[in-house]
Amino acid sequence: MIEGKILKVSGPLVIAEGMREANMFDVVRVGEKRLIGEIIEMHGDKASIQVYEETAGIGRGDKVVSTGAPLSVELGPGLLTNIYDGIQRPLEAMRVRCGSNITKGIDEPALDRTRVWHFEAMREFGDKVKAGDVLGTVQETEVLTHKIMVPPNVNGTVVELRSGDFKVTDRIGKIKLDDGTMMDITLMQKWPVRVSRPYAEKLPPVEPMISGQRIIDALFPIAKGGTACVPGPFGSGKTVVQHQLAKWSDVDLVVYIGCGERGNEMTDVLREFPELTDPRTGKSLMMRTVLIANTSDMPVAAREASIYTGITIAEYYRDMGYSVAVIADSTSRWAEALREMSGRLEEMPGEEGYPAYLTSRLAQFYERAGKVVCLGSDRRQGALSAIGAVSPQGGDISEPVTQATLRIVKVFWGLDASLAYRRHFPAINWLNSYSLYRDRLDGWFSENVSKSWMTNTARLLKILQEESDLQEIVKLVGMDALSPEDRLKLELAQSIREDFLQQNAFEDTDSFTELDKQAALIELIFSFGDKATKAIAVGADIEKISTLPVREQIGRAKAVPYAEYKKTYAAIDEEITRELDALKAEA
Amino acid sequence: MIREYRTIEEVAGPLMLVKQVEGVKYDELGEIELPNGDVRRCRVLEVNGRDVLVQLFESSAGLNLAHSKVRFTGHGVELPVSPNMLGRVFNGMGEPIDGGAKLIPEKSLDINGTPINPAARYYPSEFIETGVSTIDGLNTLVRGQKLPIFSGSGLPHANLAAQIARQAKVRNSDSKFAVVFAAVGITFEEADFFISDFKKTGAIDRTVLFINLASDPAIERISTPRMALTAAEYLAFECDMHVLVIMTDITNYAEALREVSAARKEVPGRRGYPGYLYTDLATMYERAGRKMGSEGSITMIPILTMPEDDKTHPIPDLTGYITEGQIILSRDMYRKGYMPPVDVLPSLSRLKDKGIGEGKTREDHAGTMNQLFSSYARGKEAKELMVVLGEAALTPVDRLYAKFADEFEARYINQGFYESRSIEETLDLGWELLAILPKSEMKRIKPEMLDKYWKGN
Repeated sequence: MIEGKILKVSGPLVIAEGMREANMFDVVRVGEKRLIGEIIEMHGDKASIQVYEETAGIGRGDKVVSTGAPLSVELGPGLLTNIYDGIQRPLEAMRVRCGSNITKGIDEPALDRTRVWHFEAMREFGDKVKAGDVLGTVQETEVLTHKIMVPPNVNGTVVELRSGDFKVTDRIGKIKLDDGTMMDITLMQKWPVRVSRPYAEKLPPVEPMISGQRIIDALFPIAKGGTACVPGPFGSGKTVVQHQLAKWSDVDLVVYIGCGERGNEMTDVLREFPELTDPRTGKSLMMRTVLIANTSDMPVAAREASIYTGITIAEYYRDMGYSVAVIADSTSRWAEALREMSGRLEEMPGEEGYPAYLTSRLAQFYERAGKVVCLGSDRRQGALSAIGAVSPQGGDISEPVTQATLRIVKVFWGLDASLAYRRHFPAINWLNSYSLYRDRLDGWFSENVSKSWMTNTARLLKILQEESDLQEIVKLVGMDALSPEDRLKLELAQSIREDFLQQNAFEDTDSFTELDKQAALIELIFSFGDKATKAIAVGADIEKISTLPVREQIGRAKAVPYAEYKKTYAAIDEEITRELDALKAEA
Repeated sequence: MIREYRTIEEVAGPLMLVKQVEGVKYDELGEIELPNGDVRRCRVLEVNGRDVLVQLFESSAGLNLAHSKVRFTGHGVELPVSPNMLGRVFNGMGEPIDGGAKLIPEKSLDINGTPINPAARYYPSEFIETGVSTIDGLNTLVRGQKLPIFSGSGLPHANLAAQIARQAKVRNSDSKFAVVFAAVGITFEEADFFISDFKKTGAIDRTVLFINLASDPAIERISTPRMALTAAEYLAFECDMHVLVIMTDITNYAEALREVSAARKEVPGRRGYPGYLYTDLATMYERAGRKMGSEGSITMIPILTMPEDDKTHPIPDLTGYITEGQIILSRDMYRKGYMPPVDVLPSLSRLKDKGIGEGKTREDHAGTMNQLFSSYARGKEAKELMVVLGEAALTPVDRLYAKFADEFEARYINQGFYESRSIEETLDLGWELLAILPKSEMKRIKPEMLDKYWKGN
């Protein structure tokens, strides 16, 4: 046991002497209250330690003890439905034990040591197994089967394995390693958070992650195993977008990281998700969710660790062959935590005081996403998608965190304050957002949704682009200067914006839209556009077209329940034909 | 054992270096005794070997390196609390200044508080009726929310805050209510406005005031909001009261923080404010809320003046990222004489969705709110176009929108500081104004609500 004494305390940074024997990135316990910290620099026998808890009351001469192990997370059944802080302490268990405020120096295991799980063995005596092979399963929640895998770097022969009821620390079996040593197998394994978990092979992502959010799926889709970022000033609806993705994405599992954000937002997820049903499984959404909450008032160093904790848990489930989404809100707060530690370490600052290694750290985080062939002989595939919110100061995306993120991620959903002021939600700006996955996902969409999906969605974008050009003209010379065809384009663009892109997260029938309904809605809007174009060609009045009563019906089409949409849309389409034919007849 | 040191080595600005100390802890409270017997307080900012760097809370005038003594108290900065604090006035360091009897404390609490476990929070969802249409109708406040007012120099934010304190109530509830008011570096006149308003309405008996005026030491401002929040936490979570905390002006607080940071020669973030300004502000704002095991709540209305009315200045910007929405005051409305001059479009309450609707306000609330917002936004756009191109350039519908925007400002936004409107009055007024527009434009409102409430033809 390596023990040192504190020399210096400055906020979350503690310097201790007598630590020559300790390893970099070892976890240490600081002071009498045994606060948790991590060694981040060594100078001779002095170690710089970032402490994950409030350091008030710590002084010179207090003891620092190294645990000899890096910061690790516990991986096993019981992670789902749970809420953890940035260093994987279970907040619910802490509340039961210590009350409603977070007190210092609490030791509470991440996985409940008393809970009993039923393990169903799939291998037997004598089986040769290698890293990643599935030994058996535990039904973790109603919707997710937890696969107990041979830990990475382990190869050998099963000498004992039994089904039965176990606690996470109980021995469920033994493996004789290739070098002859015996290894106990438990339901739980540990993994250091700063090291990405190994996989067999990385694959290019070719399947979309369906979010049910129309602007995202139709215009700026993200792939399973892809990366995206959501930058936006405050009040532009970042958090609602993130919550919507966490709720409705068609993944097996969501790890939601609240990194330096509001306490009430985490509480919202915690209280609301159990009440919501997953449209795909019909069960509660909480059954597939893990929450990491390091709110803005919690110690800043743990914020730095929280996104690693979250992504390591996500990798673990990816290794089982699941599709996982990591949603981090917000990576800017994480970068600020880096900046604060860097400042205390008296490092030479880069741009706006952020450390020079900001970009490489961000890249390391996002690069842990991807579609992979997992370890194990069955070559199962898993995917990890990473979506990070960015909170640029003053909404100015030229700041370092946004720019560093944009260099890495493939999808950019830029939120726009002026759309939010108009209560156009989701306030994703269609003119500057992009998705580099569109072409790659083309095949999947034409096979699974409709042949015309790609051309139709491209046409949506084109009309919106034309609208912005026409608006410039209108601002200069007025609406009257436009030809009837251009006026119609504006009407159509307005319809796309209001009747398709706008989506109310708080309205049950509108919060999530299935892909085929999205496709049908686009067709409906285009049907109006095409028929109106023909009507104008024979001399119908644009003024009358723009005030046709059927347009209100198109406006309400998005909120039609899924079960009825085909019938209703067909009826609306007939009405479009009828009303426009009447106008044509007049003309 | 408390030792005294005469080893002050340096004093510069708000910082002081003491050498050769033993057993001093980070964030500990110290007391400096001046040669003339005065006692000043300070706080440990950094322990470095046997040296400690401390931050003074008061001015360093009269401090003498050779003869001043420092002792460290063994605990952090604390505030003595008791239910009898109600009706009392304290200075920025928590000492009574109203000439009344000394407070007999029930306990002393560390002013830094501890973070609330997110698993122990209740999500705020109880509607607070403030009687102000632009807040109740469009940016609904709920119990346990932190909703700042972003103002500018010369705008009547004080009147609005006083109006909210005066009128705010939760319907069908007779729970205990208290106001904690923190004046952070404001002028005597502004503080006096609040105090006399509280006196006039009788609210003073259930108010705790912490006053740090512009003439008081700037450094004291770092602790004033925390003093107030500690008192509020005690009243809310231990005495089960519903506490409204008004803090004005956060800009002064941030400037005091910048002063200390600059004196420590830290690497500055934007505009010279320290990189940890976000975290620092968050540790104050996040103390609002409701939590398990307590009936009470803390609702917070911090007020800040945006330098040059610039919303992207670090103080309003970082505040907006932490708080649950913002009420922004508009110079334009103020010039038109519309009071309270709320800038409706960029204002926002993030928690409104769970606090409105049937059983809380009224079933038509959400739909009309969205409709009013988008109609007003379109009306303002139409008016801008009208300025450039003349009314003739507008389509007939846009002309109606322009009319709607004018009426909306003159009747909905403009209500005066002394009128209290019930939520029904606010909602009905909204319907009345929407009737200016054609019914087919009401895309945000459900048809059943339209059938029931539509006032036009």
